[in-house]
Amino acid sequence: MYTAADLRKGLKVQIDGAPFIVIDFEFSKPGKGQALYRCKMRNMITGNQLVQTYRSNDKFDKPELEERKMQYLYCQESEYHFMDTQNFEQIVIEKEHLGDNVNYMIDNMEMEVLFFQDRPIDVSMPMFVNLLVIRADPWAKGDTSGSDSKPVTVETGYVLQVPPFVEENDKIQIDTRTGAYVTRVKE
Amino acid sequence: MLDVQGLRFRAAFFHSLRSFFIAQQFLEVDTPIRQPLLLPEANIQPLTSEDSYLQASPELCMKRLLALGCDRIFQLCNCFRKGERGRLHLEEFTMLEWYRAGAGYEDLMDDCEQLVSFLLVELGGMEGCVVGGNGSRDSLRPGGSDRIIATQPHWERLSVQAAFARFSPVSLEQALASDTFDEVLVEYVEPHLGLERPLFLYDYPVALGSLARRKDRSPHLVERFELYINGIELANGFSELTDVDEQRQRFTEELRLMEKGGRQPMPMPERFLEDLAHLDQAAGIALGVDRLLMLLMGKRCVGEVVSFAPDDLA
Repeated sequence: MYTAADLRKGLKVQIDGAPFIVIDFEFSKPGKGQALYRCKMRNMITGNQLVQTYRSNDKFDKPELEERKMQYLYCQESEYHFMDTQNFEQIVIEKEHLGDNVNYMIDNMEMEVLFFQDRPIDVSMPMFVNLLVIRADPWAKGDTSGSDSKPVTVETGYVLQVPPFVEENDKIQIDTRTGAYVTRVKE
Repeated sequence: MLDVQGLRFRAAFFHSLRSFFIAQQFLEVDTPIRQPLLLPEANIQPLTSEDSYLQASPELCMKRLLALGCDRIFQLCNCFRKGERGRLHLEEFTMLEWYRAGAGYEDLMDDCEQLVSFLLVELGGMEGCVVGGNGSRDSLRPGGSDRIIATQPHWERLSVQAAFARFSPVSLEQALASDTFDEVLVEYVEPHLGLERPLFLYDYPVALGSLARRKDRSPHLVERFELYINGIELANGFSELTDVDEQRQRFTEELRLMEKGGRQPMPMPERFLEDLAHLDQAAGIALGVDRLLMLLMGKRCVGEVVSFAPDDLA
């Protein structure tokens, strides 16, 4: 059980049966008045945001959250199959719950899967992944538009902008937080 | 945490605060920080030190000094309030309090105007203070930006009643009846206060000023005010309640609220009440020094204007 005094950025609490994460927080206390805890929170399942003010004696349940290390196996249409690396249990996560992460997931990749009451609700990727370029058009020389990048497609099907020197069959590193190119990787 | 230049500015600021009061024949006093009991205030959680409390304000001792015969006193000291941590709060912070015998709350408002004008001249000939945005980079309070507040005298004065009528979706009476005065004040009223020039919010309901004197013509209100600059509350002042019987009743009510909130019981401050009998008319005010310095330095958070914020120590 948490009280309002425990609230801070990043804390996870349960409200009306759903897990919320505090994304912004402000302590206020008008002169001679009582302590107020003003929070902006995000529903960890729906992504909806909520702004709410609490008093010190308000209480919250701790959400039943568990992170498990899992290996991504393969996908079949919109179903993504994972295996728990500890007990080899297999689960399926629907594509819509994976968001942009599908852009960086290749077979056998390990990642942390977050469960709420035994239901997978989120995955956390490594900050950087190395992916193979499967399609790269040669850079149009003499391009005077001033652009110094070109689009390429990587093995997951994700398309991104890279510097002109990147070619097919190169491995490139991508920042999974922004989806941006970082560097070419020599192997 | 301040750098060397910042520490110099803070020192010059403290020096100027003292100069202002000394020039007006105020006596600087220093009273114990550690005390066996505090004035009962339902919404202040004290920090303890062995079998004593760390002061939440020097009010108790300073009013006893007034009763002893001092007529103008001031103090710059550290105060402690448990669990108060945020952009505008530190558990240990610096308070400036001053008291005038024979005065009322309007005299203190005049003091505030003169003090801030004096500081601006002393600290660099500023005509107004460049203040940090009222939470402008804070998604909880969108809008607003860094701005210059004109601080020539004759600041705006707005009653609590009028402020609620102007800015809040509910009236003062409705907010009190639904026990949401604080929430409404913070959410709807405070963000509008003191944006162009500083503002005094004045005349609070009796329940919100347990040491303040009732207004003669409106006994449901007390002569209490708060100073706001750019939506930030800086000081709380009032005409002192000097009727011993009424003060005892108000303390009894605060003690009842503390007990209801599951707080450790505090004894009735009998010595204080004895001394209060020797006090005639007086007025006193507490000003959050770190917050004023924060505004003058254009900073956004009080932790940036002290030598060490809690995070700098651990």
